[in-house]
Amino acid sequence: MKDDSVKHPQAAAEFLKDRAQAKWHDSAIWWVRQKRDAQAKQLPEWEELRRLAREIKAHTLSQLDDYLAQFEANAQNNGVTVHWAADADEHNRIVHGILAARQVKKLVKSKSMLTEECGLNPYLEQRGIEVVDTDLGERIVQLRHEAPSHIVMPAIHLKKEQISELFHKELGTEAGNNDPTYLTHAARANLREHFLTADAGLTGVNFAIAETGGVVVCTNEGNADLGTSLPPIHIASMGLEKIIPRLEHLGVFTRLLARSAIGSPVTTYTSHFHQARPGGEMHIVIVDNGRSDILGNEDFYQSLRCIRCGACMNTCPVYRRSSGFSYSYIIPGPIGSTLGPSRDMKKHGSMAFACSTCGSCSNVCPVKINLHEQLVLHRKKAFEQNLLPAGKKMGLLAMRFLTQHPALFDLGGKVMRKVVPIIPESLTRHSAWSRAGRDLPPMPAQSFKELYQQRSQDKQDKEGQQ
Amino acid sequence: MKIGLFIPCFINELFPHVAMATLELLESLGCEVAFPMEQSCCGQPLANNGDSKGACEAARRFTGVFQQYDYVVAPSGSCVSHVTHHYDWYIAEDPAYQQLKPKVYEIIEFLQDVLKLEKLPKPVYFPHKVSIHQSCHGLRELHHASPSELMIPYQSRLENILKLVDGVEVLLPERRDECCGFGGTFCVDEPELSTAMGEDRVAQHEATGAEYIVGADPSCLMHMGGIIRHQGRRIRPLHIVEILTGRGAGA
Repeated sequence: MKDDSVKHPQAAAEFLKDRAQAKWHDSAIWWVRQKRDAQAKQLPEWEELRRLAREIKAHTLSQLDDYLAQFEANAQNNGVTVHWAADADEHNRIVHGILAARQVKKLVKSKSMLTEECGLNPYLEQRGIEVVDTDLGERIVQLRHEAPSHIVMPAIHLKKEQISELFHKELGTEAGNNDPTYLTHAARANLREHFLTADAGLTGVNFAIAETGGVVVCTNEGNADLGTSLPPIHIASMGLEKIIPRLEHLGVFTRLLARSAIGSPVTTYTSHFHQARPGGEMHIVIVDNGRSDILGNEDFYQSLRCIRCGACMNTCPVYRRSSGFSYSYIIPGPIGSTLGPSRDMKKHGSMAFACSTCGSCSNVCPVKINLHEQLVLHRKKAFEQNLLPAGKKMGLLAMRFLTQHPALFDLGGKVMRKVVPIIPESLTRHSAWSRAGRDLPPMPAQSFKELYQQRSQDKQDKEGQQ
Repeated sequence: MKIGLFIPCFINELFPHVAMATLELLESLGCEVAFPMEQSCCGQPLANNGDSKGACEAARRFTGVFQQYDYVVAPSGSCVSHVTHHYDWYIAEDPAYQQLKPKVYEIIEFLQDVLKLEKLPKPVYFPHKVSIHQSCHGLRELHHASPSELMIPYQSRLENILKLVDGVEVLLPERRDECCGFGGTFCVDEPELSTAMGEDRVAQHEATGAEYIVGADPSCLMHMGGIIRHQGRRIRPLHIVEILTGRGAGA
């Protein structure tokens, strides 16, 4: 679980203390952005695909109730049991209910940010059910008792040496063997044992197709397929925004998803689930958990178009230099910084300010969410709810006043230009501007307004003389 | 054609030479330029920190001050972008603003789109290597260049206009349009992160071998300038209008 008391500025400053690690983190993730660019460039229709994806999602959200009902009816026709969960707690109770009624002792889980959002693992573990995450990255962070630091690459904050150390301790691999292939094989052998002994499998859902009642899960490791083929029970947990109307729409999204996420033309596995395997059971849990509130909000409903590709994180210069753990909400980066404050402004408000508003996220987003603008709109709420630090708020109110009184504004500027050069450097060294390694700009003797007035005066004098 | 010169507040105080270069450049191209003294801040810092009331008042004030002009021109992509792209959040219903909006230009846009500039008022020889800094709002909101994220044909206003300058060698840094980390109040909300971004950006510009970082937004140049001075680096930030007027590095 994530520490939701984290405040981004302090956490980022802490992360940046190890500059070498921070630079490595930045470069590792930038490399994924570059792979994304290379793949996107190969499709002349890339921007058209983004436009289509945006429109399909926007349309679906505008009639989400109808499509959800259609999806439920079609899934039920296929023999799937559909459950509705209003919030995280209800989701966890439903999943636990299904598992407890069938004496499930071990659950294998493929990647699902929704179950992270709901805190499913600790909920089940407290009730005596062993949960094994089967996505390699998720497994690594599970063994470290950490939250994922990225929604697509959960262990991107770790170097292979750290993983080698972890596997040596947890899985008994050779000490000091950092070979990624060796380590992956060890994880694979260990996971195989869990797949074979699990009583149930849980997957997330990338897309739920209203027309067919089927769900689609995209993975690169095949773990969702093993986890649903070996145990007799399959539970698929999905946020209610995962719906797309028709199967023919899927291709638009699968073409965008893997390219945007990791710079691959396609995920290794794109698995369609329509019904339980013979003799088994399939359940779909549709979760609201605050999504309806977002859908009803004019400023933020667009965030529900998100397909969780993580491209906004990979391009974000702030995320790359602060890591997922600097964000209080379970989903970090630009998309998390709109979803988090939407859920709880008091807890996650600092995320809305962890942004230079560069706008790169909105440009990579495959469904064209206006991410950087949403963050600024959240700041409006933070201001209205009086959540800004007192000093900052006072500064803004002073700025507001001066903006309406240019003569005083100019006087203030003049005082600054005269005073800053004579105050000792020891007094400014610890200011927010200077403390991390920036000098103040030189202070000109005259402002432009002063120069302009002088220039106009000189002109008049000249004309007078003529 | 009467132009209202919009000089953003921090340029007025800290970069008067950039403002003067803008004024002189426009005048030397035959424009009639007025500088309304009652202008103040466009309200972007208020808006970016959620003060809607302050942002709204600033937007109304700006509209009142500038509505009488045929064009409004400023040497800052970010401030222009706030006026043309975000005032709608606050005063969309104001007909005076809707009339004003299409007349507000960033200086390079104005030179290229309105004046259709094909040669500079006087020949400029600037025999230096420059690394182009695309400022985020100029880039992604005003479309000064094709952002690296979008799969669209490449164009760049700054590179195009520098073709009018003799002797200049134009270079692009690695990660051609990554943010410098200024971000308005972001730079003091998150000083460590903001500075780290700026340090990376300065290093990338310097790695091109350029002598100058050239951009169209004094705020980014101020940010990188603070880092350059602190680290004692050789590269210098320079606003593009200073090159176009022929003042170049002398200013």
